[in-house]
Amino acid sequence: MTQLLWNGLFVGSFYALVALGYTMVYGIIRLLNFAHGDLYMLGAFVGFGVLSVAGGLATGLGFVALLIVMVISMLVTGTAGLLLERVAYRPLRGAPRLSVLITAVGASFALEYGMRLVAGPNPEVYPVRLAGDPVNLLGARITIQQASLILIAILLMAGLQWLVMGTETGRAMRAISQDPTAALYMGINVDAVIARTFFIGSALAGAAGVMAGGYYGKIDFLMGFIIGLKAFTAAVIGGIGNIKGAMLGGLTLGLLESIGTAWIGGQWRDVFAFSFLIIFLTLRPTGILGERVTERV
Amino acid sequence: MTSNLAMSPARARELFDRIQQNRHLGLVGLAVALLAPFITATNYALSVMTSALLFVMLAVGLNIVVGYCGLLDLGYAAFFAIGAYVSGVLATRYGWPLLATVPVVIVAAVVAGIVIGGPTLRLRSDYLAIVTLGFGEIIRITANNLTITGGPSGIYGIPGIMLLGVDLSGPVGLYYTCVVVVALAVLGAARLGRSRLGRAWRFIREDEDAAEAMGINTYRVKLAAYIGGAIWGGLAGILFGAQLSAISPPSFTFLWSALILMAVVLGGMGSTPGVVLGAIVISVLPELLREAADYRYFVFGILLIIVMIFRRQGLWPARAVERQPRRDRRRAEEHDVRKAKEEVP
Repeated sequence: MTQLLWNGLFVGSFYALVALGYTMVYGIIRLLNFAHGDLYMLGAFVGFGVLSVAGGLATGLGFVALLIVMVISMLVTGTAGLLLERVAYRPLRGAPRLSVLITAVGASFALEYGMRLVAGPNPEVYPVRLAGDPVNLLGARITIQQASLILIAILLMAGLQWLVMGTETGRAMRAISQDPTAALYMGINVDAVIARTFFIGSALAGAAGVMAGGYYGKIDFLMGFIIGLKAFTAAVIGGIGNIKGAMLGGLTLGLLESIGTAWIGGQWRDVFAFSFLIIFLTLRPTGILGERVTERV
Repeated sequence: MTSNLAMSPARARELFDRIQQNRHLGLVGLAVALLAPFITATNYALSVMTSALLFVMLAVGLNIVVGYCGLLDLGYAAFFAIGAYVSGVLATRYGWPLLATVPVVIVAAVVAGIVIGGPTLRLRSDYLAIVTLGFGEIIRITANNLTITGGPSGIYGIPGIMLLGVDLSGPVGLYYTCVVVVALAVLGAARLGRSRLGRAWRFIREDEDAAEAMGINTYRVKLAAYIGGAIWGGLAGILFGAQLSAISPPSFTFLWSALILMAVVLGGMGSTPGVVLGAIVISVLPELLREAADYRYFVFGILLIIVMIFRRQGLWPARAVERQPRRDRRRAEEHDVRKAKEEVP
């Protein structure tokens, strides 16, 4: 049982990291960024590329190398997110919601199959693996690396929380999410803040991608699809647009999946998670922490 | 001849408009579909053309949801899968003739449409997009895990269509069956789009709040669009099973849903001729450009973005104004003349 909880928390912290980017972008410009899961995939591949180039040097350093690679990968995915916003989403600000959603699907497709062109259709094996010796803790087998990955995830989330609640950029983000026009009148550079939001959200997804690569050891160009869906589910469970909600939702989904899988069998894991999404939307569409939002006409 | 070739842009546009507005366009399309096997009728050509027809049917069905009503459905392949699997299971395990499975498939599609659309259509339309995406995965994984659906290897040995003792399972028979069914499906969807319900759909697409204020029950009307799309998809699934005689979960991935969406968006959301053309292009183009297969989906993705930014109405846009039938116009003119006479005593 402790093992199940532990696994759930571990997977849940991945979901939470990816869900954060989803929920930030949604919170500010009400856009479902379908390509978000693919930025996670991009992060994993950038990490893979850097590790392959660095070769033996990196594999010798192990965990430290992974940290450095993670930072590089965050910068690259962040920039990719910026570009995506500039090229695909900004020209459509103010366009009907359907057009923006379709653009997001197109962006997701372009990223997936663009990566397939670059890296080939077959899965790649990560050069650095994080399979350390397990330690027994309250009856669960925990590796040091797992614990440190969770720690990194927690640090990133805490940093984000500080950024949004404690800095000027964060205040501007919250202002835009309440009313973009009024924020513009108050002298906030709306475009720049939205671009920054994309950068941060995409960078977090990239970090999660490298972690997943190092932990699971195998990456492929479609790996972002399911995780994107799961992250969205997590964001909805927590209350979409709410940063604490995304973290809570990620952990909740991780735990639910872990326990649900033990109960009904591993092959039903995704079905279980998505059914949960539908049930949640029926019973409590605002999520655990979400407030009732009145639609502006 | 030379003057024709050196047409001014204005005249070219006018000509194009006239072609677009032609009343007999549908009949011309049908004639082309009926005569195509006389030009080339190899098994390969027939199978490509049959696939194109199925794709047209799917695109027209998705057009009801996306084009008319403005709801993004990203799991349309799920209904296609439901149709194919329900009819396949009934035909192979219980020995039903394929035609007898049609009512069951319709019921199954409607139920699935209500289960997914019911809770989500009350919410913002974005939620529908992602829930349908999840639904597509649920159906595919379920088909992969259950034993009645044959698991990962799927169902094989689905019989062809028999109608009144005539065997239509050969390539030619199947092709013409598809021509008839798809023609009816296209006609049906187009008529539905012009009906009272269709006007309500377009109203909701343009401005949901205004539609609600005008007394349209937006929830029920949206659910109707979603269920309509589900039925079209389910019926196309039956034909798919009949064509391939074997179905398996990899046939129903997100890629399919995305390609159907691509056909609708590229052709022109809400425009029947546009969507038909888009579907034919999307399904036949890969056959012509085999060597570019690796680039195909990448280009599709970029194309979706470009179309949305620069030409949102698609290649063959829907008309903004409904064309009046000639009979109505004449009546209106007579009425005006009579009125003018009455006013001048």
